[in-house]
Amino acid sequence: MDERLAVEARDLVKDFNDTRAVDGVSLAVPTGSIYGLLGPNGAGKTTILRMLLGIIDPSSGWRHVLGRERPLEAAPEVGYLPEERGLYPAMHAREAIAFMGALRGLPLSEARRRADTLLDEHQLADWAKKPIRTLSKGMAQTVQLLGTIIHRPRLIVLDEPFSGLDAINQGRLEELIRREAANGATIIFSTHVIAHAERLCERVAIVAKGKVVFDGRVDEARAKLRPIVRLRTRSNDGPWQSAIPAGARRDGEEYVFELPEGGPEPLLKALIDGGAGIETLAIERPGLHDAFVAIAGARTAEAMGQEKVQ
Amino acid sequence: MMRLLRSAFVIGRRDFGATVLSKTFIFFLLGPVFPLVLGGVFGSIGSKVATQTEQPVIAVVSSPADFSRMEASRDRVSDALPGPGVVRLVHFNPEPNLAGQEQRLLNSRHPPVRAVLTGGLAEPHLTGAVEDDANAVGQLKLILTDARTPQLTEAPLGVTKVKTSTGSLVKDRALTAQIGQMLLFFLTLLLSGMVMSQLVEEKSNKIIEVIAAAVPIESMFIGKLFAMLAASVVGIVVWISAGALLVQMVKTGGVATLPPPAVGWPVFLALGVLYFGMYYLLLGALFLMIGALASTVREVQTLSMPVTFAQVVIFGFAATAIGAPDSTKALIATIFPWSSPMTMLARAAEQPELWPHLAGLVWQALWVALTLRLGAQLFRKTVLKSGPRRPWWKLGRV
Repeated sequence: MDERLAVEARDLVKDFNDTRAVDGVSLAVPTGSIYGLLGPNGAGKTTILRMLLGIIDPSSGWRHVLGRERPLEAAPEVGYLPEERGLYPAMHAREAIAFMGALRGLPLSEARRRADTLLDEHQLADWAKKPIRTLSKGMAQTVQLLGTIIHRPRLIVLDEPFSGLDAINQGRLEELIRREAANGATIIFSTHVIAHAERLCERVAIVAKGKVVFDGRVDEARAKLRPIVRLRTRSNDGPWQSAIPAGARRDGEEYVFELPEGGPEPLLKALIDGGAGIETLAIERPGLHDAFVAIAGARTAEAMGQEKVQ
Repeated sequence: MMRLLRSAFVIGRRDFGATVLSKTFIFFLLGPVFPLVLGGVFGSIGSKVATQTEQPVIAVVSSPADFSRMEASRDRVSDALPGPGVVRLVHFNPEPNLAGQEQRLLNSRHPPVRAVLTGGLAEPHLTGAVEDDANAVGQLKLILTDARTPQLTEAPLGVTKVKTSTGSLVKDRALTAQIGQMLLFFLTLLLSGMVMSQLVEEKSNKIIEVIAAAVPIESMFIGKLFAMLAASVVGIVVWISAGALLVQMVKTGGVATLPPPAVGWPVFLALGVLYFGMYYLLLGALFLMIGALASTVREVQTLSMPVTFAQVVIFGFAATAIGAPDSTKALIATIFPWSSPMTMLARAAEQPELWPHLAGLVWQALWVALTLRLGAQLFRKTVLKSGPRRPWWKLGRV
C-alpha cells in the first residue's frame, strides 16, 4: 500500500439482501488531508464509512486503513463520530469521554486526565460531573466529539458531523477539523451540504446511488466545467453574434454560456470587431455546486437541495 | 487475543459499574425477599389453619383418673405417629344432666368439639359428627384399647444407630442433586434476562456503533456477558449469605444438616459456581443473540418466550438424570449443551469421579464460544448496516 495514503479502498461492494447499497467504490485518501464524502442521504455514504472502519465487511473488494488490511486493528489510531450520536444517558460527561478513550486503548486514568483537559478547553468543565441526559443536544454532541479525538487519532472519521448543529457550533466544528488536520490527522467526513465540503475539503468523493462518480481535488471537480460567461451588450444584432456559442441562453438582458475552448481572447476580439458594444462581461469560475450538478446530475443535486431546506 | 480481552474488560467494567451502582440493582437484590416474605406469611397462616382443621377435638366426660390414662395413651400414639393428625382430648367432669352437657359441648366453639366421649374407660360411647372421619374413630379405639390394657413395662427394643445406610445415602444425594439443579435453574432464569435488556438499551442509546467501530463485536459480547455474570455473582453472594444466615438462625445444626454430595461439599460448591457460570454464559449468549436480532423490548419479549419455555423443558429433562447418572437419557442431557451444566451438577451430587466434570466444562466452554461467535455474526449482519432493515425472519436470505 502507498505510504502517502491514509485510506485506500478498491472496488468495494456491499449487498443487503437484494439491494446493492455500495457498487464498486474505490477511494484514495491522502495522509493529512481533509476529505469529503459528498452525496444525498441514501447514496451509500454511511455504508462506505462503516466498511472503511471495519464495522461491516464488504461483500467484495478490499480496503486498507493506516496500512492495515483489517481496519479494526487500526482502531486505537482511529476516531469515529457516527451519524446517529449516542452516549449512555446516566454517564457523566467526563466518564463518557474517558470511556470512549478507554475503548480505543487508553488507560482509564490517562483517559480521565485528558477528558478533564478537553472539557476545560471547551468551557465545559462545569458539566464534567453532570449526567449526559441533563446536557443540551449541542453539548452532548460536543462531548461525543471530544470522545472521538481524546486518544489523538491519526485518522478521524465523521459521519454527517454538521447535522443538527446551529451556526455557531458548526463554526466551532469547522475550526476543530482544521486544527486537527493542521496537527497532522487525516479527516474524512460525509455531508450532504455542498457548502461544507467546498469550505473545508481539499479532496472530495461525490457519491450517488452507491457509486463514486468523482474522486479528486475540489478544483479538479470545478475544472470539469468550463467557466461561465455572462455578457450584456448595447447592440442587439450584428455579426458579433457569430461569436456566441449555440447553447447560450438568455437571462434577462444577459447571454449566459460556457467559455469557448479557445479562451477569452478570441471571444473578446470577435465581439469588439463585430461591434457588440460590450456593456458588462463576467467570466465566472464554476462553484462545487455547479460541478456537482454536472457530475451527479440535476436530480441528485435537487434531492440534496431539498434535504438542506428540511 | 490480548486486545480482545482488554476491550472486553473495558466494556465489562462499564457495564458492571452501571449495573451494580444503579438503584434498580438494590431492588434486584431485594427481589427474592418478597416471595420469601409472602411465602412465609401465607405458609404460617396455612399451617395454622391446617393444624386447627386436621386435629379433631374430642371432649372426654369422665373421671380425672380415666382421663389421665387416656391422655397417656394418646401421647404414646402421638409419639408413634408423628404429625398433627392425632385427635386432641379435652377433659370435662361429668355433670348431673349428662345429655344436656353432651349437647352443650357439641355446640361449643371454644374448643370446637368434634365428638363427645362418655362412659369412661368401662363403657366408652362416642357421640358426634364422626361418620366421615374414620381416622378419628380408629385413633380413639387404639387409645382406648391401650388405656384399658394394664400397663406393664415398655417392650425392651434395643436400637443400634448407624450414620448412613445405602438407602438413605442415595436418597439424600438425589435430594442434594435436585436442590442444586433447582437453584441453578431459577438463578439463571432470573438473571439472563438482564443481559438481553442491556443490549436492547444499548441499541436504543445508539452507542452500539461507537463500540462496534472501536472493538470487535466478540469483545463487546464477552464483556457484557461477564459483566452480567459478575453482577449476578454479587447478587448470589448476597442472597446465599443472607440465606445461610437465615438457615443458621432458624435451624439448629444449620447448613451442616443438608444432605452431603458425593464429591464433598467444597468440590460441589466449586463445581456449582463453575456450572452456574457455564449455564449462565450459554443462556446469556443465546439471549444476547436474541437481543441482537430484536430491536424493541417487545420483540425481545416475543422472542424470549419460546426460549424460556424451552428452558423449563430442559430443566425437566435434566431432572430425569437424577438417580440414573449413567443412563442414556443422562448421557444425552450431558451432551446437549443447554442441559449439560444442570445434569453435571446433579452428577457431582451423586457420583464421586471428578474427570467427567473437566470434560463437561471444556465441552460447555466450547459451546459458549460457538454461540458467542454466531451471535456476533448475526449482530453484524442485522444491526450494523445502513439503509432499510430486513426483519430477522428473513435473515436466511442474507
